[in-house]
Amino acid sequence: MQVRAMSKEHEPGMSLIVKTVTRLTIGLIFLYGIYIVLHGHLTPGGGFAGGVIVALSFINLTLAFGGSASSKVFSLDAAHMVEALGAIMFLAIALLGLQWGGFFDNFLRSDGEPGMLVSAGIIPLANIAICMKVGAGIFAIFLTLIVIQKFEGEGRNR
Amino acid sequence: MMSPGTIPLFVAVPLAGAFLIALLKRVKGFPDAMGVMATVCTFALSVFAVLRQLPGERVILDIGSWGARLIPGSIDALRTVGIQLALDGLSTFMLVVVNFIAFLVAVYSIHYMTRFTSKAYFYILFLLMVAGMNGVIITGDLFNLFVFVEIASLASYALVAFGTGKRELEAAFKYAVMGGVGSLLVLLGIIFLYSNTGTLNMMDMSRWLAEHPGSEGLRNLVLGLFLAGFGLKAALVPFHAWLPDAHPSAPAPISAMLSGVLIKSLGVYAICRVLFNIFGITPQLSSMLMGLGALSMSIGVILALRQWDMKRLLAYHSISQIGYIILGIGIGTPLGILGGLFHLFNHSIFKSLLFLDAGAVEYATGTRNLKELGGLSRRMPVTSWTTLSASMSIAGIPPFSGFWSKLIIVMACVEQGLWFYAFITVLVSILTLASFMKIMRYGFLGTIREALGKVSEVPAFMRIALVTLALVCILGGLLLLPGLKNGFLGQAVQVLINGRGG
Amino acid sequence: MNATLPYVLCMILFCIGIYAMLAKRNIIKIIIGLSIAEYAVNLFLVLAAYRIGGTAPIFSDGRTPAPGSMVDPLPHALVLTSIVIGLATTAFMIALAIRLYGKYGTFDITRMRELRG
Repeated sequence: MQVRAMSKEHEPGMSLIVKTVTRLTIGLIFLYGIYIVLHGHLTPGGGFAGGVIVALSFINLTLAFGGSASSKVFSLDAAHMVEALGAIMFLAIALLGLQWGGFFDNFLRSDGEPGMLVSAGIIPLANIAICMKVGAGIFAIFLTLIVIQKFEGEGRNR
Repeated sequence: MMSPGTIPLFVAVPLAGAFLIALLKRVKGFPDAMGVMATVCTFALSVFAVLRQLPGERVILDIGSWGARLIPGSIDALRTVGIQLALDGLSTFMLVVVNFIAFLVAVYSIHYMTRFTSKAYFYILFLLMVAGMNGVIITGDLFNLFVFVEIASLASYALVAFGTGKRELEAAFKYAVMGGVGSLLVLLGIIFLYSNTGTLNMMDMSRWLAEHPGSEGLRNLVLGLFLAGFGLKAALVPFHAWLPDAHPSAPAPISAMLSGVLIKSLGVYAICRVLFNIFGITPQLSSMLMGLGALSMSIGVILALRQWDMKRLLAYHSISQIGYIILGIGIGTPLGILGGLFHLFNHSIFKSLLFLDAGAVEYATGTRNLKELGGLSRRMPVTSWTTLSASMSIAGIPPFSGFWSKLIIVMACVEQGLWFYAFITVLVSILTLASFMKIMRYGFLGTIREALGKVSEVPAFMRIALVTLALVCILGGLLLLPGLKNGFLGQAVQVLINGRGG
Repeated sequence: MNATLPYVLCMILFCIGIYAMLAKRNIIKIIIGLSIAEYAVNLFLVLAAYRIGGTAPIFSDGRTPAPGSMVDPLPHALVLTSIVIGLATTAFMIALAIRLYGKYGTFDITRMRELRG
């Protein structure tokens, strides 16, 4: 991300304090979301909760810097792509289980012991797929409803 | 028999199709091709399932191979852990109905949806709805049924609002709020059942409920909640208020899907499963179902008499015909259930055909108001002949398919000595005939007006869908021949007769 | 009465949500009413899982606890699914509300009477 100079009034986004703090914290929020996703089989949370937190870091970016700045990092089209990819990955994991055992079978069950990060077979992979889908999906909902407003009667665009 | 591993394909194929379309939205022609291919696959699979099934068998797949385990501390021995998918006679019957209509509607939409923008989103939502409906039919777990009902319902709310005009949005909002309340009632019923029986698997639940009858009050409460919730999805009177607004406002292929299969897969099928296979039918339940059915029949057809908008008239008739189906199933005897399920099949065919015809009329002339139409039979021959065959079928004129199913329902009423219900059935039939004579006379016969002078017949794919459905209308009576009946309808009837054990 | 008090309060919350859907004219308040009713049902589901003296159903390192000392974990998974469904429904209805405002110019549902009869 570029280092910006003193914030003027006509620049998009919020004030300088908000921008500085956001720059410091969104990396940590994103990392926290990934932590919750990866430890989904050990601690409460998992794919959906972690995905929401990942989406929150991008929403934070959009709120602080404005829609046009954040679309350079993660645009609406990219969000659609990631969402569809996450869903296809989940479906592929389920159908691959058909190949080895039953549908959705846990075919990597035997590696690792309980309580460690590498255990419980396909569940971490499914969690990652769900995180991609949910995170991209919630960010796309936010962008569509709040940032891009084009309906008849009001022509506001932020 | 079908291998269990192919059961999840009914849900997986439309889902994969929907997400692949989401990835490749910009490729020209890909959404249409994917939509048709996915529905062809599921239709072929469902026909295959019917041809390969043995009488009275049930194919079960345990998701994730969890199977039945010994639960420590529970009273009885084996409980099913995990979700099961099951295919029995009723499921294969419903699967054929749903996927046949879905395939023909996908073909029809190739040309019809060119008038709307963003065809790719249409096919994505359409395939999601088909996946949801298939999921409702194949699942053996009660909460999984609820989740699939929600998937299909959400996709249908979005599809009703697809045209984004004033009326479509208002109708979709009303539909979404009422559908949401219906789902909440179903969820409440599931919570009560779970905390009482300790399991969510439908077969285990029926076994547990047979052994421990429990209190009368709880059973009535749960039955009331399920009837209200699923009745709202099936548009039974008094929960029908959303249907006359939602079904006409949707684009014509979606109206055909909603009226033709959605209210049956989510509403009627779920009621059958819960009432027959989990709770077991009792005389009080039977008379309540018959009462609701008769009420739906009469109110639907009376309110339809004053409609001049073609699709709104058809929507009111949907309410009336669902009443026929619930009446037939509510009678409870093998003949009654046969009549009800056969009428379900027939209604899917001819109601979808009627809505697709209304869509064809709107595509060609731009209006749905019967007062502005007239004399279309000369310029649009395929549309008028198919509307004629569908109208004769819904009114119950021999030898069309509708006549046979209504006859069986009347015979079942007479056999049980229910003269009042038989009389209402025949009366409603006559009023239905009056309504459809109105459509034919005002819409198609007579002299053509000035403004409509230039209309022409609809494009090729739409014609294929219309003619195929009309052929099934005419030949539908053949399903009652002994050889075909045992394989197809007979299996479905047997599952409902078996009740608790099925 | 002590044992059923949480359930009764839950049902009161559900009725508040239904009341908001029936009696309010603003579309946004109707959506809020549906959300309240939805959360009331989710709360009811979590309450139905409670076992007296139970702890959170998570395995800590090494120990396998005695059966019956944990609350029932199955409804917790059901509630997660139900919350996601509620989120999807709410997001869709809010999108509808924004579009309705653009077409009709008002949020008042008594003014939206195009479909009748």
